[in-house]
Parts: sequence; C-alpha cells; structure tokens
Amino acid sequence: MKRLLASSALLAALAAPAFAQATDTYTPDPNAKEGGSIVITYKDDVATLDPAIGYDWQNWSMIKSLFDGLMDYVPGTTDLRPGLAESYEISEDGLTYTFKLRPGVTFHNGREMTAEDVVYSLSRVTDPATQSPGAGFFGMIEGFDAQMAGEAESLSGVTAVDPQTVQIKLSRPDATFLHVMALNFASIVPQEAVEAAGDDFGRQPVGTGSFKLAEWTLGQRLVFEKNSDYWREGVPYLDQITFEVGQEPVVALLRLQNGEVDVPGDGIPPAKFQEVMADPAQAERVVQGGQLHTGYVTMNVTQPPFDNVDVRRAVNMAINKDRITQIINGRAVPANQPLPPSMPGYAENHEGYAYDPEGAKELLAQAGFADGFETELYVMNTDPNPRIAQAIQQDLAAVGITASIQSLAQANVIEAGGAGTAPMIWSGGMAWIADFPDPANFYYPILGCAGAVEGGWNWSKYCNEELDAKATEADSMSDPAMADQRLALWSEIYTKVMEDAAWAPVFHEERYTMRSPRMGGDDALYVDPVSIPVNYDYVYVTE
Amino acid sequence: MAAYLARRLVESVLILLGVTLVTFFLLYVLPADPVRQIAGRSATTETVESIRRQLGLDQPFWVQYGRYLWNLLHLDLGRSYLQRSNVSELIWARLPPTLLLMAGAIVCELILGLTMGIIAALRRGTATDNGLMIASFIGVSAPQFVVGLLMLYVFAVQLRWFPIGGYGTLAHLVLPALTLGILGAGWYSRMMRSSMVEVLRQDFIRTARAKGLARHRVILRHALPNAILPIIAMIGIDIGIFMGGIVVVESVFGWPGIGQLAWQAIQRVDIPIIMGVTLVSAVAIVLGNLLADLVTPLIDPRIRLR
Repeated sequence: MKRLLASSALLAALAAPAFAQATDTYTPDPNAKEGGSIVITYKDDVATLDPAIGYDWQNWSMIKSLFDGLMDYVPGTTDLRPGLAESYEISEDGLTYTFKLRPGVTFHNGREMTAEDVVYSLSRVTDPATQSPGAGFFGMIEGFDAQMAGEAESLSGVTAVDPQTVQIKLSRPDATFLHVMALNFASIVPQEAVEAAGDDFGRQPVGTGSFKLAEWTLGQRLVFEKNSDYWREGVPYLDQITFEVGQEPVVALLRLQNGEVDVPGDGIPPAKFQEVMADPAQAERVVQGGQLHTGYVTMNVTQPPFDNVDVRRAVNMAINKDRITQIINGRAVPANQPLPPSMPGYAENHEGYAYDPEGAKELLAQAGFADGFETELYVMNTDPNPRIAQAIQQDLAAVGITASIQSLAQANVIEAGGAGTAPMIWSGGMAWIADFPDPANFYYPILGCAGAVEGGWNWSKYCNEELDAKATEADSMSDPAMADQRLALWSEIYTKVMEDAAWAPVFHEERYTMRSPRMGGDDALYVDPVSIPVNYDYVYVTE
Repeated sequence: MAAYLARRLVESVLILLGVTLVTFFLLYVLPADPVRQIAGRSATTETVESIRRQLGLDQPFWVQYGRYLWNLLHLDLGRSYLQRSNVSELIWARLPPTLLLMAGAIVCELILGLTMGIIAALRRGTATDNGLMIASFIGVSAPQFVVGLLMLYVFAVQLRWFPIGGYGTLAHLVLPALTLGILGAGWYSRMMRSSMVEVLRQDFIRTARAKGLARHRVILRHALPNAILPIIAMIGIDIGIFMGGIVVVESVFGWPGIGQLAWQAIQRVDIPIIMGVTLVSAVAIVLGNLLADLVTPLIDPRIRLR
C-alpha cells in the first residue's frame, strides 16, 4: 500500500489509486472583481527576478507571482497545496516522491511545461555556477553533494519518468521536502529562456506565473501584466501592478494618504505609526498580521561567562520584554521560546523565563558572578535596534552586568556573529524570518550544530548533539499521519533549547501595513505569511 | 596651454588610480564578507568557498586589485554581487537622473544665491542684509535630509504644489534640486555679496553713476558682470560637493540616480557597485576641478595657466 498525502476522507474514498488529488482548501472570494491596476512602493531596488537568486523583501512575492513551483500555499495561510504538480505520491520509506504534473501549463513564452523543465530547474538552482543563496535547502535530494562538489553536472535524484511525471529521490527522509518544493528557489523555469538571457535572466524572467513582466526601468519602476493564460482558474484579478522603487517608507505613506499609492510594500514606518493609529479613518485601513519572526539575544556559549548555563538563564530573566515591546510601539508580542506563535510546533503551554531581576541576581551569584561582569552587545545600527539594545543594556545593568553596545552595519554584525567574536548579539534587522512555515527552519541554521561553524548563522555557537539527533528523528517522520507526533517532538526540542538558554528570545514582530480605500480582498492577503509582503494574485480593486 | 592640459590629465589619471587603490583597500579590509551575503544563510561552507573561488575573492589583495585594474582598462566595471548584472549598465541607467538633478541644483543655487547676494550688497548694513545673511548661514549649515523632508512636507504634502517624491516631470525636479542647491546658494550669496560690495566701491561704478545712468543699468550692466566672475569658477568645484549631497537627496526624494544606487550598495556591501560609483564620482570631481581651472583664465585674463 502506498501512502498518499491527501485528506484521509479522500484517501478512503479511493481504492488503491496510483495518485491522489492533493487538497486545496481555498474558496474564492465571492466579492472579487476583475480588472484594474494598482501601485505598490518599495524603498530598495529589486535586485533580480531570477527565482534561483532572489532573496529580498521586495522580490520574494514578485517572484511568487511570476513563477510557480510544484507546491504552493493556500493564499493567506501556511497550508500547503499543490502547484504545478497536480498530485504526488510518497513511497513507503519516505525517500521517493513522484509528482504528476498539471497538463497544459504554458510558460510566458507559450511553450508547454514538461517534466524536463522540472529536472532542469532543480539542477540549475543547485549548480554551484548559479551561486544560488537557496541551494542549501535542497541538501536532502540525492546527488546534491556530488553536484555541489562539482562531480556531477546535475542532480542525479531528479528524473523525468515521462513528460508529465517527475520522480525525486531523497538521500534521507525529510518531512520538510514539500515545503522546499514550494520555495521560490524551486520555481520551474524554461531552459531555452534562461540560456537565451545569458547572465540576465533576472531581468528577463519567463515563468508560468499569474503575472508577466511588462516593463522594468532600472531603479524606477517595474510593471507586471496579467497572464491571461494562467493555469489557475479566475486569478489573478488585477490587470496590472506597478511597483515603484526607491521610495522611502515615510514618503510612500504620504503618497498613500494622497491617493497615489495602494499598498506601501515596506509597511507603516515606525515614526508614523502612532499618528496613523490615532486617526480613525486611517487606522481602519491598517492591516495587522503575525509574522514568522523572532527577535532574540544570542550568547556565545563557547566563551566565559556565557559557557555557564546559569548566567544565560539570568540574562533571560533580566530582560524586560514587555518594556522592549513598548519601545517599538507594541508592534510585537513578547517571546518566551524560539518559535513564533503562528508557527506549527509552537509550545502553547511553555512559560519560558519570566522577568525577575532579583532571581537573575541570585542566579548570577550562584554562578560566581555576584559582582556581575563586563561584556559586549552587538547590534545592527538602524532604528529601532540601537534603542532596543539600550533597553537591554539597562536591564542587564540592573542585575550587575555591564554591557557595552557595539552598533555596526548589518554585514559587520553578521561577520562578528559568524566568527564567534561577539559575546552577545541582538538579532533585530538580521534574523530570523522563516523561509518556510515549518519548525525545522528555525533550528538547523541558527540553533543546530551545522550552523555553529565559523561563518555560520548560529551566533550562540550552541551545539547540542542530542538535540541534533532528535531533530533528525523528527524530520525523518515524513509520513503525514505522523505530523502531530513530529510537531510534538519539535516542541520538545525547542523547550530543551530554552532550558539550556542558548538565546534570550525577546519578541515576535507583528507586521502593520496599510491598504488604500479601493483595495479589496481578505486582510490576510496583505500580511500573507508566505507570499511576503502581499499576495498579488488574490487582491483586487473594488472600484 | 597644451603642456598644461597634458600635465593635468596625467595628474588626473594618477589621482583616479589612487582613489581606486584606497577604496579597493578599504573594502578589502572591511570586516564583512560579501560571499556570505551572496551565499545566503542556508549555505554550507563548501558553497561559500565555491562562490569565493568563482569570484576570485580567495586571491591575495594585489591579485584582486590587479585584476580590477585590468578589467577597468577594458572599461569593465565588474558585475554586481547582489543584483547580478553589469555595474556599468546599472550606473549608466542611473546617470541621466543624477545629471539632471545636478543641473537643476546649479540653476537653483545660482538664481537663489546671486539674487540674495546682490540684494544684500545693495542693502548693506540694513536689516534685509542681516536677514539674508542669516538665511544663507542656515542654508549652508542645515542638514540636507532635514531640508528635504521639510520641503516635501510643506510644498508637496500641505500645499500640494509639487509631487511627493519620484521622477519624471519638471515638477518632480524642483524640490530635490532646491534641496541640493540650497547649500551652494548659501555660499554663493555670501561670495556674491562680498564680490558685489567690492565692485560697487570701484571707480568705474562711480563714473557710471556720475554720467547719469539709471541705477538698475549700473548694477546689471557694469557691476554684475564683474562681480560674477569668481562665482563661475566655483561651479566646477560644486560638482564635487554635489556628489556627497546626492546620496542623501536622492534617497529622500526617491530620485533614481547613482546616489541612491550607492546608498543601497553600501548597506549591502555590494563591492563592485561601491567601487564603480566611487570611481564615477571621482572622475566627475576631477573633471569639475579641471574645468574650473580651465575656465578661470578665460574669465580673468590676469590669470595664466602654466
């Protein structure tokens, strides 16, 4: 009996089918109107629209609208649904995934997409010559190491069985694999267009997505036009989207108030937040949403005094998270664990370390630091991070820890964190927003042994082999029936991380953005947890 | 003259060479690894090293610098690490807006500065004079991002005379050009004032007055052309000052020029772009100064270039 990833009811209804139709719980918005065009602004340039390379705030959701992968998410949620794959099948051992492709899907250049395109696209993103920042996500696919080492031209694990069927073999069972297939990096691209564009595919993107690129004036604007041949029925609603880049968030907000902009892509600037919320007419159009984000303080566990777990616990107890949340106008919820509340696997009942400066002092005294100690707190130098660091500094001072603040450019903080030279780092502005909605994404690079290497993103250099083994165990549960068991194991892992106090989690940022009065569609689309920041395919204009 | 020009050109090339060396060195010793930025946070050590090799960033400093110069000799400014396209193309696309902004700023500073300077000189010692000189002092010292945001708020948001940032029409140009030009206007008004005061004291002005010419004719036809000479030579030098200002002004107004490009590149340690923009700015400054020196003897025959 082959195991199928589908709803159990559907599974029962089908007698030993070769493939099951995977579920898509999305119901179209009955009020949606077709047509119209909108204006979105961003501060920074769009670097590239090549799905193998783009990894920015602004191009992430643009790429989602230009391209598709085998898997996708239900709009506004973190629930997987099939994309270019119509259905899929997982082998008994969890090592072979067979995807049946949707027939009749065409690229923007008119050619029909086939299984060969999938093979090409996945091999392209993992080809060292592509220099993709997402290559590391595909490590579970068979042949990945050989390709990375330059011993193979393509991923041996990915094969086209027939023009409509792709088989992907994994070197280890991995429950996150379907999420990886929904990442931008796994988008399907046509080989001929990539090769014709040479180095410039990022400027001349050709995908299967709901929109196509119509115009790009460097440093000024991009115009997307509706792909009327899009394979999903009824979407997108909009005919055209104009992205204006190089617009400061404050200026973007002024223009929105003036009716010139529909959505400020960078959200409501902190400096204007209270003003906007104080005006009922504007506050009504503010959209708030959870974000798969955690802001935390790392403590380098390999060096004294943070090699002492009591010291790390004391730091956790010394930081007044409520006060820090107030510093950013309450645009966050205080954290007690690494995972954000909207992430599957979040431990609801976990209490973490309550604010208790007296208790912190006692712990420090026990650890032999009754008189405190001196240390350094690294922080990225853009607002509000230095202010947050100052609050942490004051909290630490209250328990006797003298922390001097090193306020540096982002790249310099990341470098110091990777090198392990920073005793403490406030992560704000640098990490960590999930790449995909699964607890595993918060572990390996930032808390696991793999990230605790020179240059890695595990700035605490915390490496607990036992937890690594548990993580591997959790992720080998790729059977959908074991999903709950797997999430419980992840909760346990993160609870243990908090016992070891590798971090002091501080808060989970909430996103606050705005829509112009004419913008329609569910609020969740404007703070989509996956299609960040806006799900362009499903929003519409009401006039 | 030809010998002078040849010598200046050789000097210019040496200066530019020095600029590339210093900038390249500073970026080389910067404690931030561009390869990590490219490779992303999910990258393995092998991926990082593979990218480092492909970009030649594993080579010693002199090899990297030598290769940069060699490419430069072939007019190749390299490829942006993060935008993955040719730096020359990126700069080229953004040069017209920057040149337009500078031209607008020169017009603004001349009109503002000269008018203020002339009026102050004519009303020397009065409250008008003092008021104008205080205004020019503020213009010189006010930070440009504050001036820019104030202008946006007053003239675009409140009064709605101009669009709120952006690029395209002449109306878009006014506020950023004014913001960029205000600093120079402050300088020019002070220079114009003292130059004008000087000229007004000269005998030929008294003669012109004495022969019964109307006051405005004396000022416009006799005093102004003489007083303006030292100002013109300054414009070339202004280009260098503008190069600093455009980074701020372009960011505030969403002006798609090379200042904005530079700012974004600096934040993300995109070294090829930082190098390219620095080099282009250095070329502009060197040329501006050269131009200023060449124009001076044309205006004032007493000065000779040797």
